[in-house]
Amino acid sequence: MKIAVLSGKGGTGKTLVSVNLAAVAAPSTYIDCDVEEPNGHLFFKPEIVREELITVKIPQVDEERCVGCRECVRFCNYNALAYVNQKLIIFDDVCHSCGGCVLVCPEAALSERDKAIGKIEIGVSGDVSVYTGILNTGEATGIPIIHRLLEEGSDDGNKPVFIDCPPGSACIVMESIKDADYCVLVAEPTLFGAHNLNMVYELVKLFDKPFGVVLNKCLNEENPVDQFCSDKGIEILGRIPFDHELASLNSSAEIVAHKQDEYRELFSSLLETIVKKMGESAGSKRDGVLSDLKKMSGDTVSGERGEALHGSHSTCSDGSVKGVKPKEVRSEAAVDS
Amino acid sequence: MKVAIPADSKSMDSKVCASFGRAPYFVVYDTETKDSVFVENTAASGTGGAGIRAAQIIADQGVGAMLTPRCGQNAADVFRSADIKLYRTNDHSIKENIEAFVKGELPLLEDFHAGFHGRNRGGL
Ligand code: SF4
Ligand code: SF4
Repeated sequence: MKIAVLSGKGGTGKTLVSVNLAAVAAPSTYIDCDVEEPNGHLFFKPEIVREELITVKIPQVDEERCVGCRECVRFCNYNALAYVNQKLIIFDDVCHSCGGCVLVCPEAALSERDKAIGKIEIGVSGDVSVYTGILNTGEATGIPIIHRLLEEGSDDGNKPVFIDCPPGSACIVMESIKDADYCVLVAEPTLFGAHNLNMVYELVKLFDKPFGVVLNKCLNEENPVDQFCSDKGIEILGRIPFDHELASLNSSAEIVAHKQDEYRELFSSLLETIVKKMGESAGSKRDGVLSDLKKMSGDTVSGERGEALHGSHSTCSDGSVKGVKPKEVRSEAAVDS
Repeated sequence: MKVAIPADSKSMDSKVCASFGRAPYFVVYDTETKDSVFVENTAASGTGGAGIRAAQIIADQGVGAMLTPRCGQNAADVFRSADIKLYRTNDHSIKENIEAFVKGELPLLEDFHAGFHGRNRGGL
């Protein structure tokens, strides 16, 4: 089973959520598809067992053969080719490796060569297999890396897979969630947060994926994201409080669920909720998945089930119903002023 | 010599367009005949690599100099291969920038920004 974690922009807590879910679900697989800025490995500090260079095909020109007809330049949708001063110029970093120019050249002056655009690293950190994609700076697209990551990472036994997606809703994100069974959308409870959430919300709707929202940096007050979710009928899976200690542990690249019971319970409870929702959406047509899920939730959740996210540890208001008084609020954990 | 300038509208009195690759037009001015023509920038609406395509369009006009407020690295590579020199424009109109160029008052443009390759890191 594959759970993709998305957000409309970077820095909303996408990595916090995916890393800690993978940590509490262990044995599990964590795949970092945010190839432009992979951060998950900083938390897991995995021991690297294997590396693989990822290459793409880039055209090269045989100047003896090229007659300057410009068929290739006209063809290239990405404007990766120019022809000036009787010479073809190829912009490797703009080329999307579609191979079209090689096909259209009437003189067979173009051929393909391999070019490395980045790599994947496969490592282990305790019971978590950690897959990291790294795109070299300036490259046009990380999609080939994500493709390979998911191919490798999903093949790693029957463990649950957590996919840390790139931020935004561009095609690189689509590639990351393509095979996901469930999507977790992470958002901050602000107006911008609602705007960013809307982007990924539309994406998961488009892909017809079951999904739910996790609110990060929650304060004890009404917020535009709650409103957005209740307007759209979107389920809020959990709330991560605006908590000074959590923030500081997280920013020093610690896995918070490993550091404090309170946070472990928070993420265990979130995982349990996700698993339950997945079970509901999987429905009767996928009995096998369902029993896997049940087994998993039994393994991972202990202690105050479900309490951590909704109850006394949280400084969130209790939800989308306006005017409802928040539950008990632990004020000392609230605003980091 | 012919010089090219990115233009917001088809007027010599308009300002130089701030974006080179996405400019709707280029003015091509001939310093000898004093003729000017407006060339449509078909790269303006394309996907990615707009600077490269725009530079190709300008190179095909046989110009010797490009007057522009800024230019990306890839487009600068095209200009270099085409032996087109780049000069930095100021806030004045196209006409005034051409006059300044003719008098040798425009500085060379030597710093180029990296391309964005149509990346979307999300957000605003
Ligand atoms: S392979 Fe495709 S994207 Fe790359 S230069 Fe050729 S036509 Fe353009
Ligand atoms: S299509 Fe082939 S022959 Fe024509 S310009 Fe391109 S490389 Fe040269």
